[in-house]
Amino acid sequence: MTTVPDRSAQDRARPVSGDIAQARSVLDGPGLSRVVDRMAHELLEKTGGGADVVLLGIPTRGVTLAQRLAARVLAFEGVAVPAGSLDITLYRDDLQLKKARALEATDVPGDGIDGKLVVLVDDVLFSGRTVRAALDALADLGRPRAVQLAVLVDRGHRELPIRADYVGKNIPTSLREAVHVQLTEHDGADAVLLGPARP
Amino acid sequence: MKRHLLSAADLSLDDATLILDTALEMAAVSDRTVKKLPTLRGRTVVNLFFEDSTRTKTSFELAAKRLSADVINFAAKGSSVSKGETLKDTALTLEAMGTDAVVIRHSWSGAPVNLARIIRGSVVNAGDGTHEHPTQALLDAYTMRQRLGRIEGLKVTIVGDILHSRVARSNVLLLKTLGADVTLVAPPTLLPTGVDAWPAEVSYDLDSVLPKSDVVMMLRVQRERMGAAYFPSVREYSRRYGLDVDRAAQLQDHTIVMHPGPMVRGMEIASEVADGLRSTIQDQVTNGVAVRMAVLYLLLGGSESAIGSVEQ
Repeated sequence: MTTVPDRSAQDRARPVSGDIAQARSVLDGPGLSRVVDRMAHELLEKTGGGADVVLLGIPTRGVTLAQRLAARVLAFEGVAVPAGSLDITLYRDDLQLKKARALEATDVPGDGIDGKLVVLVDDVLFSGRTVRAALDALADLGRPRAVQLAVLVDRGHRELPIRADYVGKNIPTSLREAVHVQLTEHDGADAVLLGPARP
Repeated sequence: MKRHLLSAADLSLDDATLILDTALEMAAVSDRTVKKLPTLRGRTVVNLFFEDSTRTKTSFELAAKRLSADVINFAAKGSSVSKGETLKDTALTLEAMGTDAVVIRHSWSGAPVNLARIIRGSVVNAGDGTHEHPTQALLDAYTMRQRLGRIEGLKVTIVGDILHSRVARSNVLLLKTLGADVTLVAPPTLLPTGVDAWPAEVSYDLDSVLPKSDVVMMLRVQRERMGAAYFPSVREYSRRYGLDVDRAAQLQDHTIVMHPGPMVRGMEIASEVADGLRSTIQDQVTNGVAVRMAVLYLLLGGSESAIGSVEQ
């Protein structure tokens, strides 16, 4: 039996924050591009050419990653895979631990998700609770043929039986560390940084 | 810490914008097959209505249910209120059953503020006497933004029974916060004393104001609150302050016509105008659910409220 590390409720609510000034780079811009390219190839391979695929990014950076994956798939094989966004705030299991939060946009591409292969896209896979919330949100939006998960970084420490189908980079971390994914659209440059978590 | 929505004046620009943005996402839920969110599961909302209401009560009930809250509808008629129970005792009784929020409509101005001082849960003012109706102002603002793309800089004209209108007061306060210019048009007898201190212009001449307006909001003449005669006749009121087809023709192409309902067709608004393309009356009802979902979520959806005022 594994021992669950002792963390306060606040840590569980939002465990990714940390001091970015003390973080070191584990993936630079060109490296991140190569990783996204590989994920796009894997997606095409595993889905047999990307037919019926709908990419749904989880805000904020998951949405940008979904758009990038769609752009790479289009560049490699000329397949236009729709990319949208899925806000999971209203489905979170930790709403009662923090002040009521603002919502992000949910934007499901044209034909909906019924009968489609939905690929959820997020920047970091950690406890798995975000993905659980996303699965609940999907169930209220329709009935996909199947759901897969793509993440840029898997940092471990799952608290639920959830795994990713496409992983950009596995980064073993301790709970005293924080992973920062930076994307040009939001942060001015592409990088993945690893630093100390906020005490 | 629990907070309340008692007055439109309690909302800062950030608060109001947060509610309108949240409502935009909530509105999408109404277009889905499963019109339900798990967000307020296990929370209890009491609809405490001491005054008749169709749309506000139904709207709040639907909003709470779409967020998976349990809803108790309490109507004063047929309750212990008719046996002489006070507002305070009624509220404490409901609280003793474990309620998280009370949505109150009462004919006394200030009843929600009193309630907020008594109970531990959040209080939402759903209309108190001739005082305020903040969620109506929010859904009106939402509708303006939806139709015209913005609120800041809009010229909004509110016409009719300003004296008895909680909708007018809440709209003036909220629209001031959101940066619109409000003009009130009414016969002098239907303007409240001290209206010159409101952040709005006042005019007695509808025809001169209409061509400059982006939004025209017509109010019902609340004859049930009138003990005396405030104008000579319905016909004369309608001729001077009613929005008929000829007056509507003076409006700019983009101008919208709003009405909080219930309306009296042929008195303050002609049927052709109420059912015309400019009219947002049905949109206002639709938007009411999304706006009230946003308010309930932001008040109850976290460990503490993201909006509203604190009442000691």
